[in-house]
Amino acid sequence: MSHPVRGAAAVVGVADEVSPDGTIPGDLRSVESRVIRAALDDAGLGLADIDGIFTCTGGTMMHSVELAEYLGVSPRWTCSTQTGGSSYELHVEQAAAAIALGLCETALVVYASTPRSDRRRGGAGMGVLATPERIEWEMPHGLFLPIGAYALAASRHMAVYGTTSEQLAQIAVDTRRWAERNPRAFARDPLTVDDVLGSGTVASPLHKLDCCLVTDGAGALVLTAAHRVPDTRHADDPVWVLGAGSHHTHSMISQMPDLTVTPGVESGERAFAMAELGPADVDVVELYDSFTITVLLALEDLGFCAKGEGGAFVADGALGPGGALPGQTSGGGLSFTHPGAFGMFLLVEAVRQLRGEAGERQVEGARTAVAHGCGGVLSATSTVVLGTEEVR
Amino acid sequence: MTDTSPEPGLSAPFWEAAAQGQLVLPRCEACGRFVWYPRALCPHCGSDALAWTPSAGAGTVYAVSVHHKAPRPELAGLTPYAVVLVDLDEGVRMMARAVDADAEEVAVGQRVVWRPDPDGGKAFVFAPA
Repeated sequence: MSHPVRGAAAVVGVADEVSPDGTIPGDLRSVESRVIRAALDDAGLGLADIDGIFTCTGGTMMHSVELAEYLGVSPRWTCSTQTGGSSYELHVEQAAAAIALGLCETALVVYASTPRSDRRRGGAGMGVLATPERIEWEMPHGLFLPIGAYALAASRHMAVYGTTSEQLAQIAVDTRRWAERNPRAFARDPLTVDDVLGSGTVASPLHKLDCCLVTDGAGALVLTAAHRVPDTRHADDPVWVLGAGSHHTHSMISQMPDLTVTPGVESGERAFAMAELGPADVDVVELYDSFTITVLLALEDLGFCAKGEGGAFVADGALGPGGALPGQTSGGGLSFTHPGAFGMFLLVEAVRQLRGEAGERQVEGARTAVAHGCGGVLSATSTVVLGTEEVR
Repeated sequence: MTDTSPEPGLSAPFWEAAAQGQLVLPRCEACGRFVWYPRALCPHCGSDALAWTPSAGAGTVYAVSVHHKAPRPELAGLTPYAVVLVDLDEGVRMMARAVDADAEEVAVGQRVVWRPDPDGGKAFVFAPA
């Protein structure tokens, strides 16, 4: 018997907003409102249909409660859970579970952030990482967050498995090749491995171009129960939530049990089991690419290659256009957009691929996709397996 | 400059010992395992019987990142510096900065030894053994 969450909910509306110069005008609530309106229009639904709301930014504390008031929505399911960049995959998991149990019927998941504009206005970033434990046990030693934490993970992977800077750079190169096909991507100039290796270093062994962008961005998803799908604009091409899983193992990098193994091992295994699919069945992956090492670890932990073999797996351009495993097809956080948390955009792109709406970057015949979010410093992961009607 | 460091509380004995040049680590009297960082309950077994125990401070570099840029202005004079994770022989992992070595030469697997902050601050370092 299938898991009760498998195929119980479908994504029927998506929207995202980015801009060529990386900034988005307007206060955060206005930005959120635009993507919410666009996602509802895509779904052919209205605010009155929303009875579940999921958001973990934009407010002060009770994010979903504050946004719901602004929208005039009184939901029966609410979620402000924040796990960093993986929050949106976690929200999809929880929305699908709530929908499967009949605790809500139509869910809205929202994200907006304007770090690039904030920086121009002189705002401080990353203050959210200053937990009491970090202030006492990590920050005095000069760890540059978040890059320093990911650099330590790359250092360990290189030492244990012989992974090279060239192999990590190849991930950035292939992601850029997708961005060249995405007219909305922020960075579209062709990129070589040498460009990455020559881009300078803040925290070795990572180079500047191993790191994601800092841009403004926003996105929204609308999910609904199977019996409501016929009422939507995507009655003929819903994207089903087939499986989802979440896991976290630590908050600070100095507490990560093994810097070469992420919680993705657990979240991925559970998501695939629920979906009744395995890595070999996946047509397109959208893996969180805060840094190139984040992608390499996800490939191993989700089972696309064995532990330690990520470097060899990516070295021949497997993730790029025409590769064996098309990955980060929007251009990713490395080249498309990265407003602090990229998880929303992984889901939006996965849905567009499965609908056949991805234009020049369309993976032909894609029926299954994985969106894998990673939050904190490899701390929390949530994996979502999505599929078309054919594979439901 | 305003001192924004947290109240010492639970970790006060650590900093008092460090000021005397001694490393002490919390050890669970119920399960016998060492714990880092200091906390009220043992993360291995849940016991609240944690006792400060002297350590020789000997360990092995688990991972290293050479920082060419510092996150705060007061650290800028130190660049380039090596941030290390060190696995102490007691089985706990600590973050610190490496000293007395060329930052680029600090390597995973290298044997190192704990030392208190040479500047007397709320930090500590590791030097080649």
